[in-house]
Amino acid sequence: MVAGKGIVTRKVALSDNLKAFIEKWQERPGNLIMILHRVQQEYRYVPREVAFEVARVLDIPLAKIYGIITFYHFFKLEKPGEINLHVCTGTACYMKGANELISKLENLLDVRAGGTTADGKFSIETVRCVGCCGLAPVLMAEDEVYGKLTTEKLQGVISHYT
Amino acid sequence: MLKFKINGQPHEAEPGTTILKAAKSLQINIPTLCYHPDIEPWAACGLCVVKVENSPKMVRSCTTAVVEGQNYITHDPELMEVRKTVIELMQSNHPNECLICARNGSCEFQDISEDFCIREAPFTRQLKDLPKDDSTPSIVLDPRKCINCGRCALVCQQLQDVWALEFINRGYDTVIQPAGGVLLNESPCIKCGQCSAHCPVGAIYEKDETDKFLSAVRDETKHVAVQVAPAIRVAIGEAFGLEPGTLMSQQIYTALRMLGADAVFNTNFAADLTIMEESLEFVNRLTRGDNLPQITSCCPAWTDYMEKYFDDMIPHFSTAKSPMMMQGAVTKTYYAKRVKLAPKNIYSVAIMPCTTKKYEINRDDNMHASGYNDVDLVLTTRELARLIKRAGIDFLNIKDGIVDSPIGDYSGAGTIFGVTGGVMEAALRTAHHLITGKNLDNVNIQAVRGMEGVRVGEILLGDAKLKVAVAHGMSKVRQIMSEVRLARMEGRESPYHFIEVMACKGGCIGGGGQPYNTDEEVRQKRITGIYSDDEKSVVRCSHQNPDIIRIYKDFLGEPLSRRSYDLLHTRYQPRPLYQK
Repeated sequence: MVAGKGIVTRKVALSDNLKAFIEKWQERPGNLIMILHRVQQEYRYVPREVAFEVARVLDIPLAKIYGIITFYHFFKLEKPGEINLHVCTGTACYMKGANELISKLENLLDVRAGGTTADGKFSIETVRCVGCCGLAPVLMAEDEVYGKLTTEKLQGVISHYT
Repeated sequence: MLKFKINGQPHEAEPGTTILKAAKSLQINIPTLCYHPDIEPWAACGLCVVKVENSPKMVRSCTTAVVEGQNYITHDPELMEVRKTVIELMQSNHPNECLICARNGSCEFQDISEDFCIREAPFTRQLKDLPKDDSTPSIVLDPRKCINCGRCALVCQQLQDVWALEFINRGYDTVIQPAGGVLLNESPCIKCGQCSAHCPVGAIYEKDETDKFLSAVRDETKHVAVQVAPAIRVAIGEAFGLEPGTLMSQQIYTALRMLGADAVFNTNFAADLTIMEESLEFVNRLTRGDNLPQITSCCPAWTDYMEKYFDDMIPHFSTAKSPMMMQGAVTKTYYAKRVKLAPKNIYSVAIMPCTTKKYEINRDDNMHASGYNDVDLVLTTRELARLIKRAGIDFLNIKDGIVDSPIGDYSGAGTIFGVTGGVMEAALRTAHHLITGKNLDNVNIQAVRGMEGVRVGEILLGDAKLKVAVAHGMSKVRQIMSEVRLARMEGRESPYHFIEVMACKGGCIGGGGQPYNTDEEVRQKRITGIYSDDEKSVVRCSHQNPDIIRIYKDFLGEPLSRRSYDLLHTRYQPRPLYQK
């Protein structure tokens, strides 16, 4: 294995919690994905310089980290907005007008789905089935679920966070 | 041994043998585009599917081991149809640019498409719009043509332990590229070109510079001086249908002159020069006991790797330049003087088995020791073969040629530089003379020969018992370097006195610029070819080469003289990765 040692990028200090977590998992099989989960939990995405630092600390090629974080949709490479709006596009929500919700949201926030508003406040993401089809169409703002949503109600949801 | 059948024919194989390999031993070829014996099979392309009698499933023969008592069907009309569909699907997102592709005529995908008589495109073509990466001077990555077979990434990771390439994204969006969104020249890439030698299509290939050669020979003010590396002569014949290992030195000399070269030299001469410098350097270190082990520096891919990953080994590196750079430096100084030419009017070309050499000629200012580019242009074996074809030269039937003096003739020691263990053996032949004042009775040093990835041994040079190690294939290096580091950390004496490293498996004969379809058997045949060139040489040791004796007498003085240092030695620097 090639050492991550020697990699030079904008240096970043990992938090003590993260360092302790890495130390705990360092020798265990399957550690990398656990550590990357923990990174995303802390930063809400996997910042480039943190990926470099994790490669250095674990003494593994950066390629291994990028292989994983670009393979699993769960991992984000770009910083999400403070409030991440997940619009469900599962079958039930799709039938109940998820696409209209997305278009309206894109208009209201002036950003495409998958992107983040210029002020970093909101990002819009589409997800597949959040598991409450009875409430379709559904939007999740962080941990809050908004069910039986209509395009008219969207401004209210946004106002709640601004 | 397991007993089973292939197409009804009884057969036996060791447990663990894959169906693909078992079929091959019965002269049955199952088509595949992702399998390569140099890497772990991983069942990506889907072409190698076979049937198991009495089972409804088709299995991939590259990763499925034979089972006692089963009968495997490798070819029937249904399988051929399934494979044809797989090829048609792959074609549907592959650019239809065969006529202007780097692999036109040497493409495995093209060959398979032809075998399956594909004349229509039943699926709508859908192409990805992805930019080329030509950031390195050595190789070009064209992801539009990639069929995601994965050979390049797996070779980069498993064989070379470099990890410049990785599978990024998933499914249809998968692209093979460096991690972290950087270009190849900012990645860990050492430019060895093994990716390009293993790619079945034109998705990653050497940067073709044959036109630069033609421009140079057209320029009447230029005296084009060409050097030919040892490994070229035993491989180039393959591009013309000959067996690997066929020695083609004479034909190469003639062909180069027909192409317009004004002078033809052998890099083997400079390999002898390298030995003169490097063995004295070694004997000095041994006498003083400092900076041991000495590590060989002729492989630029290894040098690049060392500067990135093992920069603590810089003091151990021989300061001797690679033979190619030495040859370039003496071409524009010693040779220029003898033939009364201004160095600026000499265009120095090197024919190399290696893509990193294209990078090496400008790796730092020491590569311009003559005051000019010591080497102006590097062409790989594959590029030379194309040039020869382009010039209409009947390569197999041309008459024998000669090399130019006084920097063209070589000893057997100079020629074995092209194989793993060869630099070590050549150095030991001369070091023995330096230490004992006598020549070896038997110059064949079997202990350092062979194909094992790491070979260690003890060699007696007079009273001195030397511990030596030879590694080839970059993934084999870490083990040895770790031993050296550990000994140093614990304050122990180094476990080795002398270490030879070559980045490519088998040494330069298996270089990334060599003819396609290199595997273990091909490497072995090329190695045999190199040793036969050594065997038939009258002079077997570098210090006995009359041209070498002359260059020291007339020009350089002594090995490690002031002038030698200026022209033939270099320095190294740490090159941290991802400096972006």
